[in-house]
Amino acid sequence: MRPVSSRHVSLRSGVYADSVRLMQVSRDVGARDGVTAVLVAMATPLNLELATGMGLAPDEPASPEQLLVAIAAADDAALAAAVAAVEAALAERQRSTASAQTVPARTVGAGLDALSEDGPALAIVSVPGPYAVAEAADAIAAGQSVLVFSDGVPVEHEVALKRAAHDAGVLVMGPDCGTAIVSGLALGFANVVRRGPVGLVAASGTGAQQVSCLLDMAGVGVSHVLGVGGRDLSEAVGGLATLDALAALDADPATERVLLVSKPPAPSVAARVAEVAGTLSVPVRSAALSAETPDLTAAVEALLGDLGVAVPAWPSRPGADEQARPGAVLKGLYSGGTLADEAMLLAAPVLGDVRSNTPLRPELDLGTDLAASGHVVVDFGDDALTVGRAHPMIDPTLRLEAIDRLAASGEPAVLLLDVVLGYGADPDPAGALVPALAAARARTTLPVVVALIGTEADPQGWSRQADALATAGAHVFASNAQATRHALDLLGAVR
Amino acid sequence: MTLGDLLSGPPAVVAAGVDVFSASLRAQGADVHDVDWRPPGFGDPADLAALVLDPRRATANRTAVERVLAAGSVLTDVRPAREVLGLADRTILHAGPPIAWADASGPLRGGLIGATLFEGWASTVEEAERLLAAGEIALDPCHHHSAVGPMAGVTSPSMWMWCLEDPVQGGRAYCNLNEGLGKVLRMGAFNDEVLTRLAWMRDVLGPVLAEAVRSMAEPLDAKAVLAQMLQMGDEGHNRNRAGSLMALRELSPAVVGLAESSGRATSDLAAVLRFIGGNEHFFLNLGMPTAKLAMDAARGVPGSTMVTVMSRNGTEFGIQTAGTGDRWFTGPAQTPVGLFLGDYGPDDANPDIGDSAIMETYGVGGFSMAAAPAIVRFVGGTVPDALATTERMYQLTLAENPAMAIPILGFRGSPTGIDVVSVARTGWLPQINTGMAGRVAGTGQVGAGLVQPPQECFEQALAALAEEARA
Repeated sequence: MRPVSSRHVSLRSGVYADSVRLMQVSRDVGARDGVTAVLVAMATPLNLELATGMGLAPDEPASPEQLLVAIAAADDAALAAAVAAVEAALAERQRSTASAQTVPARTVGAGLDALSEDGPALAIVSVPGPYAVAEAADAIAAGQSVLVFSDGVPVEHEVALKRAAHDAGVLVMGPDCGTAIVSGLALGFANVVRRGPVGLVAASGTGAQQVSCLLDMAGVGVSHVLGVGGRDLSEAVGGLATLDALAALDADPATERVLLVSKPPAPSVAARVAEVAGTLSVPVRSAALSAETPDLTAAVEALLGDLGVAVPAWPSRPGADEQARPGAVLKGLYSGGTLADEAMLLAAPVLGDVRSNTPLRPELDLGTDLAASGHVVVDFGDDALTVGRAHPMIDPTLRLEAIDRLAASGEPAVLLLDVVLGYGADPDPAGALVPALAAARARTTLPVVVALIGTEADPQGWSRQADALATAGAHVFASNAQATRHALDLLGAVR
Repeated sequence: MTLGDLLSGPPAVVAAGVDVFSASLRAQGADVHDVDWRPPGFGDPADLAALVLDPRRATANRTAVERVLAAGSVLTDVRPAREVLGLADRTILHAGPPIAWADASGPLRGGLIGATLFEGWASTVEEAERLLAAGEIALDPCHHHSAVGPMAGVTSPSMWMWCLEDPVQGGRAYCNLNEGLGKVLRMGAFNDEVLTRLAWMRDVLGPVLAEAVRSMAEPLDAKAVLAQMLQMGDEGHNRNRAGSLMALRELSPAVVGLAESSGRATSDLAAVLRFIGGNEHFFLNLGMPTAKLAMDAARGVPGSTMVTVMSRNGTEFGIQTAGTGDRWFTGPAQTPVGLFLGDYGPDDANPDIGDSAIMETYGVGGFSMAAAPAIVRFVGGTVPDALATTERMYQLTLAENPAMAIPILGFRGSPTGIDVVSVARTGWLPQINTGMAGRVAGTGQVGAGLVQPPQECFEQALAALAEEARA
C-alpha cells in the first residue's frame, strides 16, 4: 500500500451521477498533485469492495443509492483541495456541445457520397500518379465521370479505368491532358471562351486550348471540350475515351459539329476513330497532327469554312525589327506538348531533323541534354520533367534557366516559345518571362517568337500579355503555326 | 453514350489533389467540394490498384453487403455447449484468433483456469495450470465453431449457449450466457465467487432459460431488439442497458410461466429475473451472435474486400475477410484507452481481448457511437466526438444498414461492412468500444474504453486480397 497520511471517506444521499461521469471525476481528481487514491462512485457492493481494497471503506453501513467519496492524499491540504475538486466537479453542469461536426472526405468516393443535390457532377483527380487510379475508380463506381489531371499514371491503369468507365456509361478524361470545359465550366488548364456549337474531343491539352482560343477569336464558341488524355489515341489505349466522348457529343443537343484534336495518333487507332466518326450524325472534322496535316490553325480555318464563318486575321504583335539570321538554329522551348509537336512538324520539312525530348522519331531523342546544339524543341511539360514539380504553365523555372543558358552559349539561334494563358496557368507569365528575355537579348543577338495561347477574357488577358512580351522585343502570335513560320522566316529558311 | 447527365449543365465538382484547380473553379462560381486527400495509410500502391481495378470487387462487395443486411436473428434455444457445439471433453473455446497457453495473456489464462476448475478437470489452480500448459486441454477459437464470446470468450462443454438462427439465410450462431460485471470469468477472474456463479448458471439459469425460450410462442427477435437499442442510447457493445431490459421484458412471462408448467421453484425464477435485471450487459451475449450471423452470411465471397471478423485473444488481434475465407490476419493487440475502476490504472490493463468487436464489424458498437453519446465519456470525449467517430466510420464502410438507424444522424443507417481498401486509403482504423480486463490472471474488470486494431492486420489482409485478385 502507498503511504497515506490523510483520508476522506463520506457517503452522501440524494446525489446521483451516472457511472461514467463518476469515473471521469475520479480520474480527474486522481491526477491532482498529492492525491494517492480516489474512488467517487455509487456505493454498490462492487464499489464498496473496491474501496475496501484501497483501504478506503466507509465506517457506516452504505446503500447503493448513496454516493461514496473516498480520497487518500499525502497531506491534509491536498486532501481538502481534492474534496473541494470533487464537490466542484459534481456541481458542474456538463456543457452540451452537441453539434454536427463535419468530417472531411478523405476519398473521392466519400466526397461524391456527400454531394447533397442531384444533378451533373464529376471528379477532378490530381493526386500523385500511382494513387490516381483509386480516386478515379471511386468516381466510376459512383456513376460519375472523372478528369484525371495526374501525370505518371501507368498506361495499364488508364486502360482499365477507361474500360470500366465505358461499361458504366461515364467518361475518363485524361490522364496527362488537363483540359476540359463542361457546359462552360473550365476544368484544369482551360481558357475563358464563349459557348457555342463546336464540341472538341482532345487527346491533347494545349492543342485543345489553341483550337478553342482561335475559335473564340473568330467568334465561334464551344459546347464542351472533352480532353481524353494524351495517350488515348495510342495503340495501348486504342481511343477508348475518344470513342465514348464522340458518342456523347453526338447525343448532345448543344453540339452541332465536332473537332477532334490530337497529337500524332497511332495510324490504326486514327483509322478506327475515323470509321466510327463517319457513322455519327454530328459532322466530325479531324485536327489530328501528322506530317501531312501539321497545322492546328489550318484545321480551325477549315472548320470555320464548314460553318460559313470568315477567317479573321489572327491577332499578333510585331516584335523588334530584326534581320533574318541564316545559319542560326531553332530553339523551341515549349510548355505545351502538342504545340511542340506542331512546331516540329512545321519546321522539319524546312530545317530537316529537329531533336527533342519528345521527338517525332525515336532517333531524334535528345536524351537528358536539353541544351544540345542544333535545331532543338523541348517540351517542358513532358512527364519526365514534371516529376516532383509543377507543370511549366505554373512554374517557369526550368524554362527560364534554359533561356539563360542559351544566351550564355553564344550559339546563333532563334528562340520560339509558347505562353499559355487561362485558368490554372501562371497568373502573369509575362511578368517572369519579360525580364528573362530582356536579359538574354542584352547579352546576345536572340530573336524571340512567342505563340501566346489565350483569349482576352482569360484572367491574364491576351492583349496585356502580348503587349508586355512585345515590349521585350518578342514577336507575338495567337497562332502557334504562325509563330513557328515566323521563326522559320527569321532563320532565313526557304519555305 | 450520354455520360449520364454530365453535359446537361455545369457540374458540381469533387476535387482531390492540388488546390489550384479548385481555386479557379471557385473563381468561376462552381460548386466545388475538396477532398482532404492524403497518401494511403499503408499498402503497396500496386496492391491498391490491383484491388480497385479488380472487376469482381464491386459485385462481390455488393453481394457480401446484401447478405449482411438481409440476415435476421431469432433466439431458438438455450443448450449446453457440449450438445449444441459438439464440444468434446477437455476442450475449451476462447476469443480471438488461435493461441497456445504459452502465449495467452493473464485474463485468458484466468478464464481457462476457471473453466478447467469449473468442469472438474482439475481441483486446484496449480493442477489446472499444469494441464493447460501440458496441452492436455485443447484450445480452439469460438469463431471456428460459429460462436462468439465476450472478453476471454472462455466456453467449456458444461456452459449453456444462446442458440440463434438467421431465418432468412439459415445460419446459426452461438454465445455463452453473460455473468455480469466485476469479478467474472470472462474478465479472467476464477475465485470461488466466480465458480459458484458459474455453477448456478449451469444448474439453474441455463435450464430455466432453456425451458422458457422453448415455451415462447414468438421467439425473441434479437435483431429487432438491437435495432431498438440504437433508438434508446445504447450502441450495443459497451452500453447494453436498454437491450438488457428489453430482453428481460421479453423473457419474463415465459420464465414466470415455468412455475406452473414445470414446477420450477419460484425462488429460482426470482433469482433468474433478478440476475438478468441486475446485469446491464446481459443482452451483449445476444447481440454478438446476431452480428455473427450477419457476418458469417458474407463468408466466402471471392473478390470481396469486406471484413467479416475482428477479434482479439488478449495477445493478438485477428481479422478475416469475405474474400479470404477462414484465414486470419493478425497483429499485436493494443491496450485500450479509457477510464478505470477504483484505483486501477493503465498499467493494470491487459491488451485488447474478446470476440465482441463483431459488433463493430457489423456496424454497431464504436461505429454507431453517435447513437450513444454517453459512451464517449469513457475517454473524456464529447458528443461531437461521438458524431465525428461515426462520420469517419462511414468512410470505411461499404453500406448503411437501414435496420440499424442512428436517430441523431437523421436516422441514417449504421456504417456497415468495413472495406479493407478504404481503411488503407483513409488511413483511419476501425473504432472499437470495449471493456478492459486486468493484466494479471484473476483480477477481473479494471475499466472500459476505446481501442483500435493494429494496422498490421489490415496490411496483411490487403496484400493477401491483392495477391488473390491478381491470380
